[in-house]
Amino acid sequence: MSEKQTFTGNRGLQLEEALIFEIGAYENCGVDLEDVPQVESRLGDCAAQGNIDLPGLSEPEAMRHFVRLSQKNHAIDAGLYPLGSCTMKHNPRLNEKMARLPGFSDIHPLQPQGTVQGALELMDALAHWLKTLTGMPEVALSPKAGAHGELCGMMAIRAAIEAKGELATRTRVLVPESAHGTNPATAALLGFKVDGIPADASGRVDLAAFKEKLGDDVAAIMLTNPNTCGLFERDIIEIADALHEAGGYFYCDGANFNAIVGRVRPGDLGVDAMHINLHKTFSTPHGGGGPGSGPTVLSERLAPFAPLPYVEKSEDGLRLVENNGDAENNPFGRMVAFHGQMGMYVRALSYMMSHGADGLRQVAEDAVLNANYILASLKDVMSAPFEGPCMHEALFDDSWMKDTDIDTLDFAKAMIDEGYHPMTMYFPLVVHGAMLIEPTETESRAALDLFIATMRDLVRGAKDGEIDRFKNAPELAPRRRLDETLAARSPVLRWQSPEAKKAAE
Amino acid sequence: MSKKFTKDHEWISLDGDVATVGITDYAQAQLGDVVFVEVPEAGKQVAKGDDAAVVESVKAASEVYAPVSGEVVEGNGELEGNPALVNEDADDSGWFFKMKLADAGELDGLMDEAAYADYVKELD
Repeated sequence: MSEKQTFTGNRGLQLEEALIFEIGAYENCGVDLEDVPQVESRLGDCAAQGNIDLPGLSEPEAMRHFVRLSQKNHAIDAGLYPLGSCTMKHNPRLNEKMARLPGFSDIHPLQPQGTVQGALELMDALAHWLKTLTGMPEVALSPKAGAHGELCGMMAIRAAIEAKGELATRTRVLVPESAHGTNPATAALLGFKVDGIPADASGRVDLAAFKEKLGDDVAAIMLTNPNTCGLFERDIIEIADALHEAGGYFYCDGANFNAIVGRVRPGDLGVDAMHINLHKTFSTPHGGGGPGSGPTVLSERLAPFAPLPYVEKSEDGLRLVENNGDAENNPFGRMVAFHGQMGMYVRALSYMMSHGADGLRQVAEDAVLNANYILASLKDVMSAPFEGPCMHEALFDDSWMKDTDIDTLDFAKAMIDEGYHPMTMYFPLVVHGAMLIEPTETESRAALDLFIATMRDLVRGAKDGEIDRFKNAPELAPRRRLDETLAARSPVLRWQSPEAKKAAE
Repeated sequence: MSKKFTKDHEWISLDGDVATVGITDYAQAQLGDVVFVEVPEAGKQVAKGDDAAVVESVKAASEVYAPVSGEVVEGNGELEGNPALVNEDADDSGWFFKMKLADAGELDGLMDEAAYADYVKELD
């Protein structure tokens, strides 16, 4: 890498970009606006207090500013993105094309239902696919993300317990120690007491410890399968049977459904409720790229409590059931103002229909195959905490680094210099210095081989004492290593002008 | 009295009928740089094993459990503005809360310094 210093600070065509506050000017405006007529304000106390200080740019300047910023953003469209537990899979462009069809993108939730029969049909078709793939009789489409779907499932469970008159006595929810943090948070939000279940040596729920915790006061278990260590919970049917015998409900966190879709139907395993991250299992933009969507499937026992609204076939075509009075059963209420993330429904159904049932099965199989290829190709030089094959993600711990003077964070930063977004680090918490790698099914053999070769070279460097390669990383990224501690302890949440900053000092 | 330790890496030290609780030096080293601490308010009743405080580092957020049952008499207000104290001095000024014990006999079930040192050695 050349050390050449440039007059502009730019490096070739990699342009350095200042904050919009530093390049914009308050007196500038990109468009010519007519003078606003002077009228009496009726905003009262709600009127803006003072200037909001938005800098103005011309149209091309605004365009360039955001394009340059976007070029600094690593994305799945730019390279392999092995962020475990997040499933950063390729989003087929077909989905985007479908979502932009005017019949889906230019409709309004308050439009008369007779004018949006196509959209309702799409929701109905999506519901059919989700119910078929999971082997469950009911689905609530409206939850807007995974954790929202968890809340939906647990609210249905709570409603079922209440209907049985057991709300005062069934107060405990069992959650494995390796669970996503949202699981205990959801249970606590609904007033349940969270009780942790330890893992056994194989990284799965300790069946004996689980059975010991069962009792009349257990409302539910919240179990992720495959779990956050990327392992299939082999005892899941025995867990479900024992739980049901004790009168509890089975919430399955469907965050990792992408590993088993088309292969296993959660309904057959005894699951009562499970959310499905459309934005993971069925592509659709992920992370900051778009909204999430967490439809929640419900078992026979919970179906009567499914929330409003839902699509129903009537004599005049499809209609949305919006009110308790119109519902046949006892909906526990509604979770969102309208119907959920329509754009995500279109993308997910587009993904499902373009793959077909057999294609979805292959998606899961290839995701598991790719993860195991990585596990098998790295476990002789890195350390895997659990024996045997994995599901859709390969988990390593930091015991192989013991004599190297580097830690998981250093290793991850060095991956950035090599052109890879790091894997998930320090999660799951049950594994020391965890590195969770999820390649997804869309990476080719060649892409995986290059990734594996890179990882092996980094491991060799770490073991050979090439400390600078790790401790100084990233050296080649637009920014060097950030001081996470200082940022968390003393966050600066608002831009300050240089003059104001100086005055404050 | 000398300190007692839990398997969850809290220490407790009794002085008269008030005990001081913190997390061990091993725990702070495992957590890494602590960036946020939430301590309980005086008057809070806690049972042994209950969540009593929260500690958040750059790597993870964890609960701090009550090593024994009793009533919180004081939270360490210093930690709110200066969470780094947990890293710098976990064993002493980085304490989390003080509590009045419901049953001093519960202390007998905890590890002494030597037993805790052995326990930590096994974890590594």
